Amino acid sequence: MIASFYSPDDLVALWISLKLAAVTVALLLLLCTPLAWWLATTRSRLRVLGEAMAALPLVLPPTVLGFYLLLFLGPYGWGGRLMHHLGLQPLSFSFGGLVIGSMLYSMPFVIQPLQAAFHAVGTRALEVAATLRARPWDRFFTVAVPLARRGFITGSVLAFAHTLGEFGVVLMLGGNIPGRTQTASIVIFNHVEALDYSGAQRLSITLLVACFILLLIVYSANRSRAEVAAVA
Amino acid sequence: MSLALDIAWSRADFLLQVECEMPSRGITALFGRSGSGKTTVLRCIAGLERVARASVRFNGEVWQDQRRFLPTHRRPLGYVFQESSLFAHLNVRGNLEYGLRRVPAAQRRIGFDQAVRYMGLESLLKHRSDQLSGGQRQRVAIARALLTSPQLLLMDEPLSSLDLASRREILPHLERLRDELSIPIIYVSHEIGEVMRIADHIALLEAGRVRAFGSIHEMLTRPDLPLAHLEEAGSIFDGVIAEHDPRYHLSYVDTAAGRLAISLRAAPVGQPVRVRIDARDVSLALEPPEHTSITNILPGRVMDVTDDRDPAQRLVRIDVGGRPLLARITQRSVVQLAIAPGLALYAQVKSVALMD
Repeated sequence: MIASFYSPDDLVALWISLKLAAVTVALLLLLCTPLAWWLATTRSRLRVLGEAMAALPLVLPPTVLGFYLLLFLGPYGWGGRLMHHLGLQPLSFSFGGLVIGSMLYSMPFVIQPLQAAFHAVGTRALEVAATLRARPWDRFFTVAVPLARRGFITGSVLAFAHTLGEFGVVLMLGGNIPGRTQTASIVIFNHVEALDYSGAQRLSITLLVACFILLLIVYSANRSRAEVAAVA
Repeated sequence: MSLALDIAWSRADFLLQVECEMPSRGITALFGRSGSGKTTVLRCIAGLERVARASVRFNGEVWQDQRRFLPTHRRPLGYVFQESSLFAHLNVRGNLEYGLRRVPAAQRRIGFDQAVRYMGLESLLKHRSDQLSGGQRQRVAIARALLTSPQLLLMDEPLSSLDLASRREILPHLERLRDELSIPIIYVSHEIGEVMRIADHIALLEAGRVRAFGSIHEMLTRPDLPLAHLEEAGSIFDGVIAEHDPRYHLSYVDTAAGRLAISLRAAPVGQPVRVRIDARDVSLALEPPEHTSITNILPGRVMDVTDDRDPAQRLVRIDVGGRPLLARITQRSVVQLAIAPGLALYAQVKSVALMD
């Protein structure tokens, strides 16, 4: 039934979108957790700089981000030359390149909820854990992370949904290669260009419903206790 | 066996300079107004505040000096915070087990069931922390700290955020800790009533310095310290229930000062109790009083006579059986009876309160 609703190309594109979103979120959680922790706890003046840089992708036009990534990751950019030295293909026009672009593009959606959640955990709960013999890493994983749970849920879901709908960065960096870098949002654009409105409709309604469900998850996770109290 | 502190810490508007050696047994109250540095001292002992110029030694073991700093999680102490500090993501059992699990089995001296029994938590184990009353939360926090089998228990005004009923609910538990577990406790407070009830020693903090340190008997009655001049100034005596007299509805308590009568109590004979005698409830007589309605009459010898806040009053400290008793009487009586140090006299105690 699914196969009769979607064309094979649609399905491949949807699969690439899902895979891209999943990989992006997983890597972002690894990268952003320590960054958000640092932003939430540091007293350094560098924090402002970090916050501004982490929020930059929110306001930057995706085409700008994609353009600079293309220069950087292309065969003549630093990133491309580094890959060449390592005996690897450049990341532009590849799935790996899309992942890097998506990570930059969706990073604020993970960092900001995490930073707010870690900030709400505060220092007291961690001090309590220290007086109960917990070492620093132990405190982080058994107190800070569970208390910041909502931040993790919110960040993951928002970044996932945001990556699903990404267009500009992918187009600039990925180049619309079916089966490799062609995501659902780009296929929608192609359908419209070819005046295949029903094709565009099928994928659009899919993304619309998916994003709505994801947002429902975020808001229901944050519903029960709006304020995340670290200690009660 | 002691806790030796030498802390020097300055911030823009505050200078903390504490040099003190506290006995590592019984309850030592860190007493002072808010802003006197009590909590900071406690946090330095715990290693939560990292003060550059500080030395902390516990029973000969260096927790901090110029070169070393033992992090909090490696110090064998328990800490009870002022406000409720239970982990919101764990239920009561999870909170209690958090510390317990992190102590090697060989070092555990207090078992789970024991701590639960001590603090009366049997029926609360499955509750979430937001389902508990303030008093229940503090009892869980105390039990959680006990379960790390601490060699020193630090308590930062653990009752100050609670209403009167919850305080009354917790105090007996603290007394049991002191009497039965023999864990030394440093107890921060600005409530003299609380301190009088449970402390064995007092370290008096004023503007970041230890003004004086000593046994509670001495500190409450020393005329050069503000405690003796408080409105509710008085002396305390530790003793045991000696006898009950149901006919007159009295119980007798044997103390160092002699036998004292109090209102009949249900407490069993032999139970240790602490009684309090307010300075304003003590009058003095040169002869053994006869034909008086006063029941408790203690022979003693005047130690000193000092001015009080009210110029009409004098504070007389009397040695009764080796313990100081404080009397607040008029200056006129001091002159008329020629009360002076060394004089033998009789203290008539109008009211003796059992501290419970």
